[in-house]
Amino acid sequence: MSDTQLYAAREPIFPRRVSGRFRRLKWAILIVTLGIYYVTPWIRWDRGPALPDQAVLVDMANRRFYFFWIEIWSHEFYFVAGLLIMAGLGLFLFTSALGRVWCGYACPQTVWTDLYLAVERWVEGDRNARLRLHKAPWTAHKWRLRLTKWAIWLAIGLATGGAWVFYFTDAPTLLRDIVTLNAAPVAYLTIAILTATTFVFGGFMREQVCIYMCPWPRIQGAMMEEDTLTVAYRDWRGEPRGKGLRRRKAAAQAEEVAAPEAVTRAAGPQIGGRAPVIPMPGVPNTTTGAYDAATPGDCIDCNACVNVCPMGIDIRDGQQLACITCALCIDACDEVMEKIGKPRGLIDYLALSDAPRERAGGTPRAAWRHLIRPRNALYLALWSLVGAGLVFALFIRSEIEMTVAPVRNPTFVTLSDGTIRNTYDIRLRNKQGEPRDFALSLVSEADLAIELEGLEGTITEVPADTQRLQRVYVTAAPGSEAATSAETALRFWAEDIASGERAHRDTVFNGQEN
Amino acid sequence: MSQNKKDDVTGVETTGHEWDGIEELNNPLPRWWLWTFYATIAWGVVYTILFPAWPLVNSATAGVLNWSTRGQVAERIAAVDEARAGIEARLVETDLAAIPEDEELHSYAVNAGAAVFRTHCSQCHGSGAQGAKGYPNLLDDAWLWGGARDEIAYTVRHGIRNEDDPDARYSQMPAFGDILADEEIATLVDHVQGMAQGGDPAAGPGGELYQANCAACHGETGAGMREVGAPNLTDAIWLYGGDTETLTETITNARFGVMPAWGLRLDEADVRAVATYVHQLGGGEETAPE
Ligand code: SF4
Ligand code: SF4
Repeated sequence: MSDTQLYAAREPIFPRRVSGRFRRLKWAILIVTLGIYYVTPWIRWDRGPALPDQAVLVDMANRRFYFFWIEIWSHEFYFVAGLLIMAGLGLFLFTSALGRVWCGYACPQTVWTDLYLAVERWVEGDRNARLRLHKAPWTAHKWRLRLTKWAIWLAIGLATGGAWVFYFTDAPTLLRDIVTLNAAPVAYLTIAILTATTFVFGGFMREQVCIYMCPWPRIQGAMMEEDTLTVAYRDWRGEPRGKGLRRRKAAAQAEEVAAPEAVTRAAGPQIGGRAPVIPMPGVPNTTTGAYDAATPGDCIDCNACVNVCPMGIDIRDGQQLACITCALCIDACDEVMEKIGKPRGLIDYLALSDAPRERAGGTPRAAWRHLIRPRNALYLALWSLVGAGLVFALFIRSEIEMTVAPVRNPTFVTLSDGTIRNTYDIRLRNKQGEPRDFALSLVSEADLAIELEGLEGTITEVPADTQRLQRVYVTAAPGSEAATSAETALRFWAEDIASGERAHRDTVFNGQEN
Repeated sequence: MSQNKKDDVTGVETTGHEWDGIEELNNPLPRWWLWTFYATIAWGVVYTILFPAWPLVNSATAGVLNWSTRGQVAERIAAVDEARAGIEARLVETDLAAIPEDEELHSYAVNAGAAVFRTHCSQCHGSGAQGAKGYPNLLDDAWLWGGARDEIAYTVRHGIRNEDDPDARYSQMPAFGDILADEEIATLVDHVQGMAQGGDPAAGPGGELYQANCAACHGETGAGMREVGAPNLTDAIWLYGGDTETLTETITNARFGVMPAWGLRLDEADVRAVATYVHQLGGGEETAPE
């Protein structure tokens, strides 16, 4: 065997701190998304005494889903299915328009890793300090820093797993039960699993999850085209790259003043992790390498973009599978360009279809020209269609939910005096927190009488948050029109006594045809 | 550490494997992936030791935990039985007539009774309880032996005309073919058909025959007699049929419908549940009419 290495150990990555517009945006998204996640289960919403007062609750045992004023029962699960379809189409739309924005900004893996990195930076310091610590022997100092960091990570993981279970049962009660060790074993198990996965994925696996475990990057590749805006390096502007002496020589020639100290600060050799370059399938590598060697490009090879990259890659190698388009390299490079007095955007959001134009000295087309494309329009149209359908379905949901199932086994019963009787199973749902009284009546051209099984009169009570099956008998006098014809149309009405709301269902009465 | 050849296009090292000029790139897998793979193998080994796994000639290894799907089902059934024990006891203790006052108990009895009915009763009385020729329709308001809850429960418990239960309901209609002449039977059939249309039970020669031979059980007015399970002959319901041919057959050879004593096969809770179920099908009586 040759010494071909078929397996590689993970190289740790120590992303440097960076500031800039995209970093600010990412902080904002991090705060908002994590805020929503942790706070939502604690929002209260009054629904009456018999119903839970948690604004967002997935009640598995009773098969109910509560979302503020909306309540979805299992037979309306298509709402949830619709929302999931919308989420999928939304992801398609964003990917087709802006590349892997989901990965770069909103994916839990990214957001929690970002949070864990912030903790790491706060405890152990920035890139260089962390690098030193990584290489240092395990002294008391190193142990103290590591244990502090792990403790905070664990606490975050615990809060993550903890918040998850609160979505499935009343949060304050569950918290009390958890603390007093009275909660169901499944709650502890869920918390334990989520704590462990958060801790391991956010603290140790990080970019490995994105590169090797997540299927989404492969799927996203199928949705990107040349017009998709994505993070890319303007090699035609940056190359040939060079630093220090060579650059100063060239600058002296051109009588151009660089800012060497800024360059030194951001610079640093490429140490630490460097993920392999896995080219994005289907995306041509645009770095051609044919540059005029005499005129130095804007890239001063300071490695700032590489040092901030949470994936440990070099965007200057071209589009690659490992890039989650978090845009931090844009911020890093912009900072450098500002220091050396060059226009920003050496690394920037750009569409690959603009590359030939820019290479030829032209200006890129406006962003909206890239965004307005048939593919995006199609995704948007589908997304809106499903959304509009859901909103429509939500509004036409009747306040009184009634189904009428005629009992057809047998179709009718002859009573001893010759009366013909039909039976109907009427289901009434009451989604409210109080019991509701419904008056049942029928309208028909024929002379039919209504009677409720087990009740005097025609009023049936449906307890709070349940559905009642009420058997209803309809009778036609012996020899009457309805009793002797095969089918007679009839309409059931249900009226909520308290609110006066009414709903109806049409059905038929079966007689004995002679 | 010697380097393998690099691929020109991607700059990635190759494994050195080559087929017809096609070379294999080496993008090394992360090592933790390999360890994960070994971990799944270890898991698999442990799993096959703990749980049933290896097929043998007539069975399979049982696994040291002795777990089986059959055992799991038995456990779950036992758990359901245990959960139901309380309400089943209540069902047995509560007076049948008082069951509807307890909404929870009533709904339990009706649902359990429906299951019992589908399993044991539907073969004769039909899945919708609509009955069949010779098997009473349980949906209507006509009852041979009584339609109050405890009457129904008694019928279910002891059955009708069976030989297994000494307390079974019993009666025997004579075969009038041995007693009356064919013409007399024809007259009687005519007369009984008339009674069902509201005819006078005592009128004419048919009336005479009826009062002499039938009234003892079916009553002078033809309203039937529940003590002996004699059907009402004046209503719109026929157990075997009201046409001339069927009635002639009924009077000539008599009928002897049998129902098993379910008390011998079902427990008391099931008997009560099915009686409650049948009672609420649309014909149940609160108390027997006078
Ligand atoms: S690759 Fe997967 S895990 Fe990583 S950021 Fe994208 S979606 Fe998230
Ligand atoms: S190269 Fe790295 S820093 Fe730049 S966008 Fe991609 S993942 Fe982010």
